[in-house]
Amino acid sequence: MASLKDLRVRISSVKSTQRITSAMKMVAAAKLRRAQENAEATRPYAERMERMLGSLAQSAVTAGTAPPLLAGSGKDDVHLIILVTSDRGLCGGFNGSVSRWTRKHILQLRADGKQVKLLIIGRKGRGIMRREFGDIIIDTIEDTTKPVPMFETAAEIAQRARDMFEAGECDVCTIIYNKFVSALTQDVTPQQLIPFALPEKDDADGETTDEQDSGLESGAVYEYEPDEQEILADLLPRNLSVQVFRTMIESFASEQGARMTAMDNATRNAGDMIDRLSTDYNRMRQAAITTELIEIISGAEAL
Amino acid sequence: MADNAVQFELVSPEKLLLSEEVEMVVVPGAEGDFGVLPGHTPVISTVRPGVIHIFEGGAVKTRIFVAGGFAEVTAERCTVLAEEAVLLDDIDRDQVEKSLQEAMEDISDAGDNSTERALAEQRADSARAKLASLDTQTYQ
Repeated sequence: MASLKDLRVRISSVKSTQRITSAMKMVAAAKLRRAQENAEATRPYAERMERMLGSLAQSAVTAGTAPPLLAGSGKDDVHLIILVTSDRGLCGGFNGSVSRWTRKHILQLRADGKQVKLLIIGRKGRGIMRREFGDIIIDTIEDTTKPVPMFETAAEIAQRARDMFEAGECDVCTIIYNKFVSALTQDVTPQQLIPFALPEKDDADGETTDEQDSGLESGAVYEYEPDEQEILADLLPRNLSVQVFRTMIESFASEQGARMTAMDNATRNAGDMIDRLSTDYNRMRQAAITTELIEIISGAEAL
Repeated sequence: MADNAVQFELVSPEKLLLSEEVEMVVVPGAEGDFGVLPGHTPVISTVRPGVIHIFEGGAVKTRIFVAGGFAEVTAERCTVLAEEAVLLDDIDRDQVEKSLQEAMEDISDAGDNSTERALAEQRADSARAKLASLDTQTYQ
């Protein structure tokens, strides 16, 4: 049985833990707001780029002149997986869930006889994947989120993926990240980067909106300057960077959301624990007082 | 929207930088500058590093340096997706010269590393383009 002093020490230590977790929660909440604003600010660029790419790619695919980044290398043997995790922990299941998903995905690809390479963003992902897949990790990129994800970093990562693709070191490139749904929910989402997957157009209602779109937007065919293929060759790598950037931003927002939730839970748990320990402490103190009283009274009676 | 105005949008990957109605805008296209007035033919063009001029009342109102990107023009809109955009007046010549020097050093340091080399060359090109834009003041 713990002594009164032990209990006092424990209560005060849990209290200081609670102070830390609640402070971290506040910080995460503030960062989350900023991350969300960031994510929203990047949307116009991505949307407009998608619009341009859509009209260009469609005609290139039908004309059969699509560059490799769009059409693929014609093989499906070597997969490059970019895993987006956080640099810091204490964010609940954030890194665990995305890593678990990736692990399953890798094993699945291997079972299909594919070769897999792994590029990791974030210190935590490396720690988790190193044991099992240490031999296929090409590199880890750390400190990408100080203080927020930068476009330059995303461009560098995209460049590396592109270099590998062009050197024939990979045929398919997929990025796996935590998609931001709400502050409480994150979804592990894979997104294929190379070859670039066009936004879904083949489902029925997708087609109609597409037609409406192009009708509204221009009503005419665009002129291209210099020519379609050159623009496409310029646009695709850029789009790659934008996609990577977007996943990084989303992942960052998700991380803050996950941390906020985790820290909120931790703060509550600490509160519960303090309550329980305080009850124990008071009960024990009362018991000690009662025992002392009984001793005094029975001593007096014995006289 | 007014009939005699173009909705001009300047977007960088990080955010929407500018969205306003302008009289005319001159974009440095890959194959030469082109001016956009209302009713322009739909065009998609690549943008070379250079200066975007926004005209108001027949004179240049704003000069913005862009380090390349893409432009999409329709009859009533002109959207520029820029990689980097700064007001020309905000560019500090000394700083650009320094970053050019640093980029040149990075190029020679990079050696065989093609990724680093390409990135450093990009930086050098952008710095050179900035200097060139500062030196040549086209349009009044």
